[in-house]
Order: sequence, then structure tokens, then C-alpha cells
Amino acid sequence: MERAANLTATTIGEAKPAEGSDWPDALYRTLKQARVNQMAYVPDAGHSRLIDLFEQDADVGCTVLTTEEEGIAVAAGAWLGGDRTVLLMQSSGVGNCINMLSLATISRFPLLMIVTMRGEWAEFNPWQVPMGLATEPALAAIGVRSMRASTVDALVETVGSAASMAYLADQQIAVLISQQLLGTKTW
Amino acid sequence: MVTAVSHSIDRRAAVAALLRDRGTMLAVSGLGSPSYDLHAAGDSDANFYLWGAMGSAALVGLGLARAQPNRTILVVTGDGEQLMGLGGFATIAVAAPRNLVIVVIDNGHFGETGMQLSHTGRGVELAAVAAACGIEARTVSDPNEVEAVRAALHAPFEAPRLFVLKVKAENLPRSLPPRDAVEVKNRFRRHLGFETI
Repeated sequence: MERAANLTATTIGEAKPAEGSDWPDALYRTLKQARVNQMAYVPDAGHSRLIDLFEQDADVGCTVLTTEEEGIAVAAGAWLGGDRTVLLMQSSGVGNCINMLSLATISRFPLLMIVTMRGEWAEFNPWQVPMGLATEPALAAIGVRSMRASTVDALVETVGSAASMAYLADQQIAVLISQQLLGTKTW
Repeated sequence: MVTAVSHSIDRRAAVAALLRDRGTMLAVSGLGSPSYDLHAAGDSDANFYLWGAMGSAALVGLGLARAQPNRTILVVTGDGEQLMGLGGFATIAVAAPRNLVIVVIDNGHFGETGMQLSHTGRGVELAAVAAACGIEARTVSDPNEVEAVRAALHAPFEAPRLFVLKVKAENLPRSLPPRDAVEVKNRFRRHLGFETI
């Protein structure tokens, strides 16, 4: 019985909470500084605090999406109209975006995606693994640059840098937040 | 074999009628024939033509509508293009922009790829799908009603709207818009007074 219990345990070893709990607030401040005024998302637990912060901000138009690829189109239209958009999604959502990303790359629309990674660190759900493995190569294949952050300090700095490259240098960037930083999901 | 009902609205004439005296209206067109229709009605810096990214047209319109709340945003797209973005109806209904109008040029076929019957040609009603999501939606099959649709574009309204124009299924001579998306994007931004980068 004990052996069976061990096999279904969600983590092996001691579960580690996400390092530094106020990073979403720091990201919010960084994105506001970058004059982001639209946010579009498919929810992820790792993004929940950041989503709340934006939803409470009357100056930011928030769009909840049925699938992540819609956000690529919303961000393009927003830029045409003078707005700056950040997209929030989980790594599985990157797979939903691939053809739609051609809109951003061929038109050189500034694009900033913040992607919470699953399937790469102490993952319990095997269904998350294939897309976790494919996230970076799929983005590279369609022409989107990935910038990965594994610590809170690096994350805040990386998002600031990615925002500059997206909105000021016309780049298409995905910031990947390592699952190691997010902590292990408790089942 | 399933065959489509035939309709009498001429797509080019209808799109040209919708764009007449457009004022400050901004337009986005879905890939294929709707982009040719919009271009045939008169090229403009206030047009953004899609040549790909199928399923995106109405959602590009949504991002634009949020950014430019004081202008009417007209999305002209096809039944096949809109079918690929059905979830977008839910997204647009929830976002509820008051300045977004989607016009689906519905010929019941995938026109670019050999005129295969589409889902709307086999009975799916896009207006009913959109209405179920919360978009004010109507199907128009009488050519005499197109002028009323044009007038509606310039009237104030409270919710995102959709008009499905049932048009003749025909492949008209192509009127090709510029394919350089960076140029089209930049002239659109310039038109609104924004720096291109």
C-alpha cells in the first residue's frame, strides 16, 4: 500500500513553494511602465495574480480568450490602433498559436507573450509533457524568440527587456517562466 | 449530394456600398475574396488586408476596436474564415466593444480552394451562432437591404454586431491588395497619427 501511495504522490522529495510570492506585482509594474494598455489571456494558475491585477486596472482592456491564438490577432489589431498588448498563457497554449503567429512575424507586429511552463519540472501530469518539450522549438520554428527566466530577479528583468524589444524594436518575444520558479502544483 | 441554396446579393457591389462615404471608419478584411472585395471598393490607408492567419479577422477587429473606441471598425470576412474562428464570437461578445461590426460575405463555399461547400452551405447559420454568444446578429439575403446595413454602420449602437450577407457563389476577377504586410501596417498607423515603430 505504501509503495502504491508513493507511486501516485505528486512530488518526490519535499515540495518547494514558488520562490518570492510578489513577482506578479513586480511584473505588473514593469508592464505598466512599458505602457501596456491591453492584456489578453487564457487563464493559468501561475498567472492568476497578474490577471487579477490587470482586471482591476480600468486603464487596461482585458480580453479573456477561448483559445490562445485569438490573442495574437487581438494584439495585432491593438497595435494597429495604437495600443500595446501583453498575452498571458500556459505552455500548452503556445501550440494553439502556431499558424496565427505568422500574422505577427510577417507583419512584424510587436508581440509580447508571457508563458508559464508546464511539463518540464517535477511534472505530475504526463499530458503536459509533450507541449512543454515542444514550446521553445515550436516558437523558434515560426520565428518567435524565447527568453527564459528561472529566478524571480531574472524574470522581472527579462520581461522589462522583452517589452523594450517587442514595442521598440518590432520583435516577437515569448518570455518563458520556468516551472521550477512557479513551484509544484499541489493535487 | 448537398447543394447550396442560391442567393442574389453581388458581393463586390455590396462591399462597395458598405464602404461608401465611410468617414473615419477603419476596415479589416479576411483572407481570400473578402480582401479582394475590400480592395476593389477602393484602396485606403484605413484598410488592413489579411492574406493569411485564417480565423483572425474579427479578432484583429476586436483589438482595434478596443484601441480606437471612437471609430467604427468594420471587419469584412468570409464564411470559411469566420468558421475557423467561431470561438471568437464568444470572446467578442464578452469583450462587448460598441464600435465593432463584422460583415460575413457568406457564399456557402470555400471559394479560394475550388468552391467546396462550406458548413454554411450545408446549413450552419453563423448569425444564430453569434446571437447565442450575445452578438447582435442578422442574416441579410435581399440586395435591397444592403443600404440599410450601410446606414447601420454609422448609427450608434450598444453591442458588437454581425451581418451575414448571403451572396452569389462566384469567383470574381481578383483585385489584389498589397501583400507587404509591414507596409500596410505602417501606413495604417501613420493614417491614425502613430509612429510606425
